[in-house]
Amino acid sequence: MNKPVSTEKRIIASKHVELGQKNAKGQTYTDINDIFYNSEQKPVFFTGSEVIKEAIRRSSVGTSVAYPITPQSEAAALIGELYAEGYLDEYFRGESEFAVMGQCAGAAFGGHRVFTTTAGPGTLRAMENFPMWAGSRLPIQVCVTCRGVNSPLSIQPDTLEMHYLLETGMLVWHAETAQDLFDFILKGFIVAEQPDVHVPIATCCDGFFVTHTKDTVQLPSEDLCLTPYDPYKSPVTVMDMESAPIRMMRDPFVMKSNYISYATHASWQQEVHAAVERSRKHTIALLGGLIDEINTDREILIVSSGTAVSQSREAIRLLEQEGIKVGLVKIKTIRPFPTEEIRQVTKNAKHIFVPEFNVAGWLAREIKAIIPDNDRVYVGPHVAGGMTMPSEVIRDEIKQHLGMKVDTLGSRG
Amino acid sequence: MSKEKIQLCDEFADIMPPEYQELVENATYGKQDRGWKDIGSSKELIEQHSLCAGCPESIAFRYILASLPAPEDTVFVGSTGCTSLVFPHVAVQNIHSLFGNQNAIASGLKRTLKARFPDVEKDVVVLAGDGATVDIGLDMTMQSWFRQEKFTTICFDNELYANTGGQESGLMQKGFVAKMAPKGKSFDKVRLAEIAREAGCAYVAMLTVSKPNRVEEAIKNAVYVAREIGPTFVQLYTPCILEIGKQSMEGLDEMKDSETIGGRFVQKEFVTEEAQKLIDSIKAETKVRKKAAKEAAKAAKVG
Repeated sequence: MNKPVSTEKRIIASKHVELGQKNAKGQTYTDINDIFYNSEQKPVFFTGSEVIKEAIRRSSVGTSVAYPITPQSEAAALIGELYAEGYLDEYFRGESEFAVMGQCAGAAFGGHRVFTTTAGPGTLRAMENFPMWAGSRLPIQVCVTCRGVNSPLSIQPDTLEMHYLLETGMLVWHAETAQDLFDFILKGFIVAEQPDVHVPIATCCDGFFVTHTKDTVQLPSEDLCLTPYDPYKSPVTVMDMESAPIRMMRDPFVMKSNYISYATHASWQQEVHAAVERSRKHTIALLGGLIDEINTDREILIVSSGTAVSQSREAIRLLEQEGIKVGLVKIKTIRPFPTEEIRQVTKNAKHIFVPEFNVAGWLAREIKAIIPDNDRVYVGPHVAGGMTMPSEVIRDEIKQHLGMKVDTLGSRG
Repeated sequence: MSKEKIQLCDEFADIMPPEYQELVENATYGKQDRGWKDIGSSKELIEQHSLCAGCPESIAFRYILASLPAPEDTVFVGSTGCTSLVFPHVAVQNIHSLFGNQNAIASGLKRTLKARFPDVEKDVVVLAGDGATVDIGLDMTMQSWFRQEKFTTICFDNELYANTGGQESGLMQKGFVAKMAPKGKSFDKVRLAEIAREAGCAYVAMLTVSKPNRVEEAIKNAVYVAREIGPTFVQLYTPCILEIGKQSMEGLDEMKDSETIGGRFVQKEFVTEEAQKLIDSIKAETKVRKKAAKEAAKAAKVG
């Protein structure tokens, strides 16, 4: 588990459709490596929601099911526009997130590449479906535009819902920027659909901060698209009656309260978790590692994910002005968790700060659980419920923790 | 599915399980006009069941599987409950995912199969209990009808939660004393057939499984209408003999009693005009075809 993997090896997407062939929209089926590394990228100035649309335009998606909830409603509606233009085979509005995730499952059972979006309370309403997707080995992608969880009512950015996703058996990736989000969506399909992985993926981003702000994003030509999903590479049978139906078992599991039925269930769950682990090698090849690191030889480190990383970059610049040198670790994949990578990069750190946009500080807990001398980890700063986390707050909290004088806390909150 | 896909490879034929060999040699995949009368003379698509002895659900399963117009291109969607104990023994692909979301799954599945196989009619059939259909899943059941999703929903109505031990359900009769209804159920049996009609089902049938020919007709009508027109619904009374205090051999009598005049399950059908036209035309075609086949057989005999 978690052995070092060479990044030399290129990931192989399904080649059941010939590369270079054109689809009905005139897009050319292109290898994922060529889309990102061997084609011209052009800058655009788009909101995160528009970037989601552009990612789906190039992803050869079969079905997308939508439901309104802030802050993903715009992205979900924009995918509808793609459907109207003929980029997707199926698209409709479901009746609730619980139903939507079921409809997505049905489409994936039938052999489509499936994409949907949700957020906050919607993620929680849908929750029963996520372990079912994983247990059924459906490589559905859900883009989670994180927002607060009720009550009290909040529609603002907050990453608490990601904590609930951690043990669902899904891959969980966390985008820092709209560029990350674009890359993660396309690369996420390819990693999740690898036959030795074949589990669902949650591509998370921080609502509003990423979805509703404009950013410069480098995009490949819209004439290129991913090769479509090949259902016959699935490790489980696709439900289309194109292969012989088999009698699945003599004794349905739930009929028997015996060791064999428990062991069967347990081993199936272990296999799902093993599949998540096996995604590492593909992810490293496409994302260039599960983490990014800057100056990690320093004694003070910030380890973070999502937009908290962007805030930390600026905090590090502010601290540098005062002569305090801080390194940065950006975690890109929360599941699988970059256990070995974080152990390595934090080896020499004396102080580890984990800024987060949620009340629980779950990322700090994840890090504490895997490194030696975990009293080095300072849980915070963290804000919740939509509060912003100005870089000055991160700067001041680090200084305070180090016993240094802080001029003002006026900007806090 | 082409029938070739279930042929046995000669080299391995002798080591295949006997029930699979029988399935390949003697099942009715692809047989036109298959029906309940094939039971006994051909290999059934249900190998065995793990329900209680005498459970009417088991005979309902056999009739339904024998009546499907095209099992080689049918996918079932089930839900949690007694039915989920049977599906692993069924030689038609089937999905169990969660409790109550069966019509959501079927919506996504049917649309995908339509997109992936534009030239093949892939039937999707939901089969779930009354708790899944009416209580926990009513939202998704009805929304799939509102959206005019083209698949068949079959509800095994046993008027309670059987698999969890006999709790009150929405389709239970008023006044029935059950677990979670210790003073007797306080409201009427939900009128699901009428709800289905109002929610947009083009064909609705409510009956017991006491008479196989009636079950066959309802299932065939429902599947044909779902292919061409819109959602269809079949509600079958499959009493839980265990939980209503009956013996194994008393299921049939219970169904017959409930379908006599004034009973809860007097057979009823709601059919839209368009659906009726389709059913009539299929019946007429079948009649002509059967007559021609009979005459051809006669001629062959004479010749």
